[in-house]
Amino acid sequence: MAQPVLELKQLQTYFFSAQGTRIVKAVDGVSFTLNEGGTLGIVGESGSGKTVTSMSILRLLPPAARIVGGEIWFQGENLLTKSEAEMRDLRGSQLTMILQDPMMSLNPLFTIGEQIAEPLRIHRRMRGTGLLERIKELLRGVRIPSPEVRLREYPHQMSGGMRQRIVGAIGISCEPRLLIADEPTTSLDVTIQAQYLNLLKDIQKQSRLAMIFITHNIGIVAKMCDDVGVMYAGKLVERAPVRTIFNQPAHPYTEALLHAVPSLTDRSPRLWSIEGQPPDLANPPAGCPFNPRCPKAEDRCRREVPPEFQVGENHYTRCWLWEGR
Amino acid sequence: MSDNLVEIRDLKKHFPVTKGLIFQETIGLVKAVDGVSYAIGAGETVGLVGESGCGKTTTMKMILMLEKPTSGSIIFRGQDIQGLAGKDLKAYRKGVQAVFQDPYSSLNPRMRVGDIIAEPLAVNEAFSRAQLKERVQALLSLVGLRPGAADLFPHEFSGGQRQRIAIARSLSLNPSLIILDEPVSALDVSIRAQIMNLLQDLQEQFSVSYLLIAHDLAAVLHLSTTIAVMYLGKIVELATSEQLRTQPLHPYAQALFSAALPSHPDEQREEIIITGEIPSPLNPPSGCRFHPRCPFAKPVCSEVEPVLKQVETGHQVACHLFTDTD
Amino acid sequence: MDSSPVITPTGTFTAQPAVLSLSRRIAAKLRGAPLISLGILSLLVFTAVFADVLAPHNPEVGNLRLRYRPPAWETRGSSEYILGTDHMGRDVLSRIIYGSRISLVVAVAAVIVAGAIGTALGIISGYLGGWVDQVLMRITDTWLALPPLMLAILLAAVLRPSKWNIVIILGLLYWTRYARVIRGEVLSLKERDYVRLAIVAGCSRLKIMWTHLLPNIANSAVVLMTLQIGVVIITEATLSFLGVGVAPPEPAWGLMASEGKAGLMTGYWWLSVFPCLCIMLAVLAASALGDWFRVWSDPQLRQM
Repeated sequence: MAQPVLELKQLQTYFFSAQGTRIVKAVDGVSFTLNEGGTLGIVGESGSGKTVTSMSILRLLPPAARIVGGEIWFQGENLLTKSEAEMRDLRGSQLTMILQDPMMSLNPLFTIGEQIAEPLRIHRRMRGTGLLERIKELLRGVRIPSPEVRLREYPHQMSGGMRQRIVGAIGISCEPRLLIADEPTTSLDVTIQAQYLNLLKDIQKQSRLAMIFITHNIGIVAKMCDDVGVMYAGKLVERAPVRTIFNQPAHPYTEALLHAVPSLTDRSPRLWSIEGQPPDLANPPAGCPFNPRCPKAEDRCRREVPPEFQVGENHYTRCWLWEGR
Repeated sequence: MSDNLVEIRDLKKHFPVTKGLIFQETIGLVKAVDGVSYAIGAGETVGLVGESGCGKTTTMKMILMLEKPTSGSIIFRGQDIQGLAGKDLKAYRKGVQAVFQDPYSSLNPRMRVGDIIAEPLAVNEAFSRAQLKERVQALLSLVGLRPGAADLFPHEFSGGQRQRIAIARSLSLNPSLIILDEPVSALDVSIRAQIMNLLQDLQEQFSVSYLLIAHDLAAVLHLSTTIAVMYLGKIVELATSEQLRTQPLHPYAQALFSAALPSHPDEQREEIIITGEIPSPLNPPSGCRFHPRCPFAKPVCSEVEPVLKQVETGHQVACHLFTDTD
Repeated sequence: MDSSPVITPTGTFTAQPAVLSLSRRIAAKLRGAPLISLGILSLLVFTAVFADVLAPHNPEVGNLRLRYRPPAWETRGSSEYILGTDHMGRDVLSRIIYGSRISLVVAVAAVIVAGAIGTALGIISGYLGGWVDQVLMRITDTWLALPPLMLAILLAAVLRPSKWNIVIILGLLYWTRYARVIRGEVLSLKERDYVRLAIVAGCSRLKIMWTHLLPNIANSAVVLMTLQIGVVIITEATLSFLGVGVAPPEPAWGLMASEGKAGLMTGYWWLSVFPCLCIMLAVLAASALGDWFRVWSDPQLRQM
């Protein structure tokens, strides 16, 4: 069996306040595996830790955050043992990321061509005509018409959808092994979003690129992902292949999330709502973090944090209800 | 039609594009809203759905009198709201309120929650402080917040709670119509359902009408009785929620359904791929505005603009595929 | 704290007790505050308030037989007049102490007057827009173009020289900066949803400006005021130096420096040097404090 592209083992990333009085356990013991060409979706709401997880993989954390435990294996190497210089080599070439807001990702003062050229210059040392041809090829690859004209334009001259495609082009320019997409379509219109996701799917098929989608929208997961991880309050509460998650969700939070979203086909007059608020990560509840809001919480849930239990093939969950099955 | 709460008749808003610093000449028009008509009945919810540039936000602003229409009229309880002043304007303000999208900028960070909720009352009615306080408490409990919340500041609340505060404020004057501009899109998924359920409950309790503006088709279908699908300043399809769900007719409406994300990985939906970008309202295409992207376009579509025609009771489409000009 | 993001795990992490003592919390909040500046300004305020108690002699009446005494550490100096006496036999130290009151009161009052005028005009201009905005901004631009000192001298010549007239003059000199900055902020604030909702609720324009805009720009206005205190102190000193400021025999530092001007040539250095030193310290302290306050009060800048 080929080595997985990415393997996280019990990753822990904590935020420390300046006086050391508050510790926020943003990511608390997250493990998953991603194989070549696979797509993993990490689903969660605000404060679940999904973005901090992706920033930990890239080691682009803010000064207040530290990775305090665990391992991140990328292509057989532990990223946590690498120096900053080695990480710089990896970022943009083997390991890339695209973010939500293309206007923030693109520098308004440089042309599109210059911005796509940047990683190619740094990581592939391309120059001259070779570089120009590659830029045009990338633009064609993300379905931008008239690339010779476009590469001289500035970000503000393009629509949101086109900008996001350019961000995608920059992301795949050096043929990475892993692309992390953090809410890449949240700022796009529905029809543009559909085009964009289809584009990403096509790119992935051609290049065996592994992708991680970080999103709060289970629709994206349903459309794009092979495997899913559901995060809540810094913990991965369930992970399974995508059909399993939708057909047989094991964790009460996953189940509630699936029912909280109105669907186009199902005519329920009322949505399931999950009462309460996501927890304050500086003061999480004792035991399972979901227990105050869980309709199936038992006494044990309020006292002890559940470990991961296996539910089925490749299906794991952190819930006492699944102990010993 | 005359017993409707609100009637929008051929409403248009054109923004002039000017050149020059001192002597400004108009070189173009952004036709943000270009001839839109529909009605909102008492106690019902009308949903406006569409993507960027369709004009739904501008329509809302005109109804709230934050923008003046270029032409057309807005009739509220039988009275044209344009040119309303003094007492009549006050009565209108009491009848129509709003909840906006961003819970982080809807509340004045320097005001206490109780004052925020009481403000419309304080401005329009002559209540005593004690009466105001009582009313605020009642509103807070209606939206599911503790009475002590009135003394706190907005930053002490989460996004979902702030949206509840905004809803409480909008109810304070007992309006007949509340305009909801993307009320849940800035909230977490699990909180959205709470707020949507709350909105439904309040509507049942108070028979208030909603004008719901959203880009999420599923949410609009869930909450609305009637839906208007907008594209580049025009309504392309007007139908009841049930009709639109089972039989979207206009190719753009069908495309919206097709583009919507599935709710299950195995969900199969007809792929209506529309290509290209959304055109700018500065230079809308000739004839039917959707024709450059429409997979079913015929020659007539680029020449003649289709008008909304009734296909069955309560269901209208503006599309040459459904007129008998063949 | 080391800069690498990875710590080798050494066991469990427990947070320190969340409830710190009051003194530690205050210390944490004030971390990075320019303590020397704070100290200087506190001393200034202290002397201004307690001038009556601190000053050893009457600042306005002197003993002509004791004029031009040097400071205590020189020959001919006496410990009774630590910083020496001036040309009228008045104690320099006492005059400096009372002078601090003048500088402080005038500076703070002037900054408040300037701030009030400028903020009001900025809010009105920014919110109402249209021709009101155009007219007010052109007035502001014109005012800015006038040379401030000449304007001050002109105004001072028209008004009688007195402390409060100086406050008015300084207020009239410095309001323009507030107007521009506040107007800029209001332009973006008025697009906020809560302003729109206030319009929808039927609030009058005046109510919106007072309840919704003013409290939200108050922070910026205060920051501007603290940054301007230094400038105002110097301007007041300059005006007094030029003879159009505070009138003698009131002890203003600038006036003292002016009166001592002649003495610089004849070796009576202490008459001008001490007041100038005080001006310098006060201005440096006020500027440093203003800078720190600007960063401290803006949560975004604080992170840097």
